[in-house]
Amino acid sequence: MSAYDEDRLSELIAALPPAPEAWVRAAQELPFARRGLDAIVARAEADMEFRRALIADLESTLAQEGYEPDRPLVDALRRRFVQ
Amino acid sequence: MAQPVPAAQLVARCRAGDEDAWAELVERFSRYVYAIATQGFRLRDHDAEDVFQEVFAKVYERLDSLRNDDAIQPWIAQLTRRVCVDKLRSGSREEVTDESELAVDPDEDAIGRIDEALDVHEAMSGLSDNCREILDRFFARDETYRTIGEQLELPAGTIASRISRCLVKLRDELEGRNPLPAQSGEQVNV
Repeated sequence: MSAYDEDRLSELIAALPPAPEAWVRAAQELPFARRGLDAIVARAEADMEFRRALIADLESTLAQEGYEPDRPLVDALRRRFVQ
Repeated sequence: MAQPVPAAQLVARCRAGDEDAWAELVERFSRYVYAIATQGFRLRDHDAEDVFQEVFAKVYERLDSLRNDDAIQPWIAQLTRRVCVDKLRSGSREEVTDESELAVDPDEDAIGRIDEALDVHEAMSGLSDNCREILDRFFARDETYRTIGEQLELPAGTIASRISRCLVKLRDELEGRNPLPAQSGEQVNV
């Protein structure tokens, strides 16, 4: 007798529903975010005022300076500068 | 039908900076990480999203430390467990003062089922596009016969019999396999 009858198979297929699309897209964009991260880190190392502003208010500073404050980038910078 | 790229090959391509490979790796393991967070650890959506992004950020940063590329699945599972536990501890810490009161144990039955489910989903990649799509839409996405019929341009009345035939093909595909789960090649430090 098969270990995989119809009920078991349907239960196992259903056990892996798709993750929300926006989450998947954000994770897929990590390499692009990392390129932006490198540029911001380099600037923060050279410009103390910019670094202080990032630490004080990360998302607003990014937006003011023309960076797109998307989730992966903000998370990576927060780990780097704030926490 | 196209056979999927083996996970180890995908890992090697990611390590070489191939962004398409990275997108495919995320796609391939996104359901797995999501399921461990929401079913294994019963995290709410907001916490699950944090875990999801953190796990893939760590995978991206630490891919060079994976010693055995075939072990990508258990490695991701181990990372996800660690990140979930950290998330639960950091959330609970605000509410309880005694560390021993923190309940962060996952539902191991659910995690076992998720591992098995991943094998089944991988076996689905050996089916025709049509079968894979029908089974995924009906069972994993919970779509109705009517929606599936409209999306795939099939008469709704034929969906049930197609599902049944596709399940038989899936069972044959699984029984033709001999899964040997890889062991993690790395000690995870999160």
